[in-house]
Order: sequence, then C-alpha cells, then structure tokens
Amino acid sequence: MGMTMAEKVLARTSGQDVVEAGQNVTARIDRMMTHEGFVMCAMTLQGMKIEKLNDPDKVVVLFDHYFPAPEPKYAEYHDFSRKAVKAFGIKNYLGYPGVCHQVMCEKGFVLPGQLILGTDSHSSTYGALGAAGAGIGTTEMSYAMATGELWMQVPKTIRINLEGEPGNGLSAKDMILYIAGKYGTDFAQYKSIEFVGPLAEQMSISGRMTVSNMGIEVGAKFALFEADQKTLDFLKPVGKGPAAVFKSDDDAVFEEELTVDISSLEPQVACPHNPGNAKTISEVGDVAVDQVYLGSCTNGRIEDMAVAAKILKGKKVSDSTRLLVNPASREVLMDMIKTGYLEILMEAGAHMITPGCGACLGGHLGLIGKGETCLASTNRNFPGRMGSGESFVYLGSPATVAASAITGKITDPREFWQGTSF
Amino acid sequence: MEKIKGSVWKFSDNIDTDVLAPMQSMNLPWEERKGKILHTRPGFVNDVKEGDIIVAGKNWGCGSSREQAAENIKNLGISAVVAESFGRIFFRNAIAIALPAVACPGITDAFDEGDELELDLKASTVRNVTKNTTLDAIAYTKDMVAMIDKGGMLAVLQEKLGGQ
Repeated sequence: MGMTMAEKVLARTSGQDVVEAGQNVTARIDRMMTHEGFVMCAMTLQGMKIEKLNDPDKVVVLFDHYFPAPEPKYAEYHDFSRKAVKAFGIKNYLGYPGVCHQVMCEKGFVLPGQLILGTDSHSSTYGALGAAGAGIGTTEMSYAMATGELWMQVPKTIRINLEGEPGNGLSAKDMILYIAGKYGTDFAQYKSIEFVGPLAEQMSISGRMTVSNMGIEVGAKFALFEADQKTLDFLKPVGKGPAAVFKSDDDAVFEEELTVDISSLEPQVACPHNPGNAKTISEVGDVAVDQVYLGSCTNGRIEDMAVAAKILKGKKVSDSTRLLVNPASREVLMDMIKTGYLEILMEAGAHMITPGCGACLGGHLGLIGKGETCLASTNRNFPGRMGSGESFVYLGSPATVAASAITGKITDPREFWQGTSF
Repeated sequence: MEKIKGSVWKFSDNIDTDVLAPMQSMNLPWEERKGKILHTRPGFVNDVKEGDIIVAGKNWGCGSSREQAAENIKNLGISAVVAESFGRIFFRNAIAIALPAVACPGITDAFDEGDELELDLKASTVRNVTKNTTLDAIAYTKDMVAMIDKGGMLAVLQEKLGGQ
C-alpha cells in the first residue's frame, strides 16, 4: 500500500518502512525552530540541569515576537537567550531577521520531506516547500531539544484539488479564507492537508506559503504542497542540504478528496472574530477602518508588497485611517528598497514597522484601541487579537488592504487593480 | 489512576488561545494575569473553584502554540477539559503539563452547567453523575495516560534521562 506525504515523513523519521494513519510513533525531528519561546525552553532545560542538547545543529533560534524590545524585560529575555544559545552550542542563531517562518524558508532551513517542529502554530508554513511543519508548545520543545524526538500520531490526509483560473483582483489569500469559510476552521483538525491540482502547480512559492501558513486556521497538523521544480529552484541558492521532489504515492489512502474551483471566486474578507467568518467582499458592506495593516508571515513578502505598490502608486492613504507596513523579513525590506516599492508606499503615506511579528498577534508596534477596527493581511482575528479586547479585526488580501487604505473603508481591490496574485 | 470528579462549566465552540491567554497578559504576575483570562466571559475566573471541570464545544484551544493557554486553565484549578474536539496544539500542550484534555463527541448535549462529571481516563469514559448517563471518550494511549499520571512530559523526560 502506498503512503501519503505525511506518512512518508513519519515513516522515515520513526525508522519504519511503512506507517499508516492513526498509528502513534516516536519521530526523530529534522529541524526545531524557536523564537522567544526559547526563553522557556532554556529555563526548563537548565532548571533540570540538562546542559547538552541532543543535536544543537538541528535547532534554529531567532527573535521576532518582541523585537525591538517593547519593555525592558524583553531585552532581558533576549540577553538571557543569547547566553543560553552560547551555552548550548547552538550555531544556527539568527538574531532578529524577521518573522521566523519567512526566515526559515528564505534561509534554506526548510527542505522537502523534512519533519520540522516550531514553537509557533504557523509552522504549518513549511508545507509550502513540501516539509511537514507543525507547531508545539515549549514543554514539548524542551523535551525534543533534549532527546531529539517526540511522540506523533500519523495523521489522516485530506487532499484538496485546487483548480480554475483566478479572476481579476484575486489572491491566494482570498482562496484560503474562502476554504476556511466554506469548510470550517476545524475541518482538518489533527489531519494533514495536501494541496494539489493545476492551480497548486501554477502557484508561486509565496502564494503557497500564504495558504500553508493558514493551514493551522482550519485545524491542520500539516498543510503540504508537493515539492516541484519551483521548490527546487527556490531552494537551489539557499537550501541547507539536498532537496528532492516529494509527493504521495499513487495508491496512497486519503480520508477525503475535495475540489476547490476558484473560477468564479470573488475577493474574500474574514469578519470578526474568526478566520472562518469569511464573506464575499460585496457582502461585507460599509465598514470604516481605523487602521490597515499590510504584512506578517501570511502576507508580508515582496510579492505582496508589489501588489500594494501597484495599487498605491501615486495615491494617498485616506486621512481617516493609517497604513502600517510590516515586511515579513529584513530580506523583504531590502528587496522593497531595491525595487522602489518602499518609496512608493512611503509616498502614499505608509508607516513602516520593522520586520517581525509586530501587531499581528497583539504584541506591540501598532495595537488598536477599544472600539477600533483594523483590516489586516494577517492570519487571525480572534477577540482582542491585535490589541483591546473590545476591538475588531477583519482579514483580507494585500490587495484589499491596499485598496482600503486609499478609501478608509473596506474596499473591493478591483476598484484599483485588475491583476491576480497566486 | 484515580477518577477525576468535578462540577461542570460549559463553553461554546472555538474558544481560542488569544482568549485563554491574551498576549497583553502573558508576562504579568498571576493575580494580574488571572483577571484577563477568558475576558469574553466576565466573572468566570472568580467563580470557578478548585477541581471544577470545563465542558466545551468544538475546537477548544484553537490558535496559537502558546502553552500559557493550557497553563492558565490549570492554574485556575480546573481539573480537566472535556470537549467535542480540540485545537491539536492545545491538546498536546495540556497533556504535556498533565492537564487532562479529553475529546468526547456528544459531550455538549450530555451536560448542563453545574452537573457533576466523573472522568475515567483509563476506561476513557465520561459519566454525568447528576443525570446518571455515560459517554465514551476518544481513548488516550497508554503513554498518554502514563504522562498525565507521572505529572507531565518533563517528569517523563527526567525519568528517561535518569535511566540512561
């Protein structure tokens, strides 16, 4: 019997020829990623007098949630962490390069077929490069760092066939919001998703990252795309090891096979307070926005900035709102400088937020107040997500965010842009 | 392992980690942090008593990997969460810190607030003592039961390293 992508990864990492969905295994982890979660891991391990990690070379540490430090104690956490990084002999300490998931991919720490766990739920992003990425907590990460392994249940797989030609104004973000709205935010709970089909093949690595990133918003354990020539080309200059094309066997067993045809899909917006509360933009009505937020690991890549620059070129951000731009990484910011997108956005009135998690998760650098509304290109709009417990977050594509910056209310991007971004 | 018994508080679907552990509360001392947990249900954190049990709908703990979500529930004195289903990271985090989190389809309809619940992890049954009905939960593996019994994943780690 053939295996799914998830089964292949967990068979290899648990040293077995074949595994099947439902089985529990002890898996050797290929890569462990921690951000500020490392503080808890280091304290836990040192508290237990564990001085050596199983394999420090598998660990990547960087800081993105609270950099630059919003309060003195975060500077102290970073200081403690840098010392712990040295003490544990972790070579892959990356400093403050932007949001972990973007950086893990662009620096080549993610390879097809790997099992990668991170202390961040959006570790599902690694599925865009064909890696089984999943989030865990800091206790489990402490265990994984000490032993190199963790118990995993082999998940069932839902295969989603993506097809159709995107219409004007449509982005990969609209598609994943539509999927969350149509099938629910728990439809892939405990399961692995494989995105396949003609549209999946056509999509850019950036578009795939947006979709895999939000895999966790539909409950998925892994949100995988098949690695293909595009993946190999992306990894060629940066990959930390050989990459290979990677897909399920023809006779693999899937729990469910769905088809999502986007031919007639219109731009989507997820209304408060759930990513699954997705509506077609025309159904959203007249919603004034106090803040618009372009960026994050979901939609803070150069491709997203290109769309925003196209829409905002020669335009001005409305006086009734404020546009915050948060590139997903320093590399993206450098590319924004080289391409001139930064100047276009600044001319339009954007305020730049340093690469990192920023206000996406309500940490710092652009929180919203009581009664305020923000439209964001981020991934979650739970109650209080970006600030006050009595605020409202809507989610949309970078194009919808940019269009709404011009008008000060949630606006159909097709009023300003006829392109597509997949 | 002993059965876990307690009085039930009911919650709906999709109670997320941002509500269980709001970002602005994460590094506050417990007394200040406590007041911000489950802010969508004012008063709960003061009314809940040691040993009480949460019965929830679908997708409890969806969202972030922040372990504080499970830790906050444990620190409130809650002895178990029984839900229709869980966000998988919360589910794992809870077991890792020895907070029993048990998925039990049908649980929402089987309990009213204040009913007494008895959870048998080994037999994987959930009994409504008040109404004298019993449901089958989704079973833990032997290793999961042992992890809860020993006090969590770090106790397992200590044992593993000590044994080498």
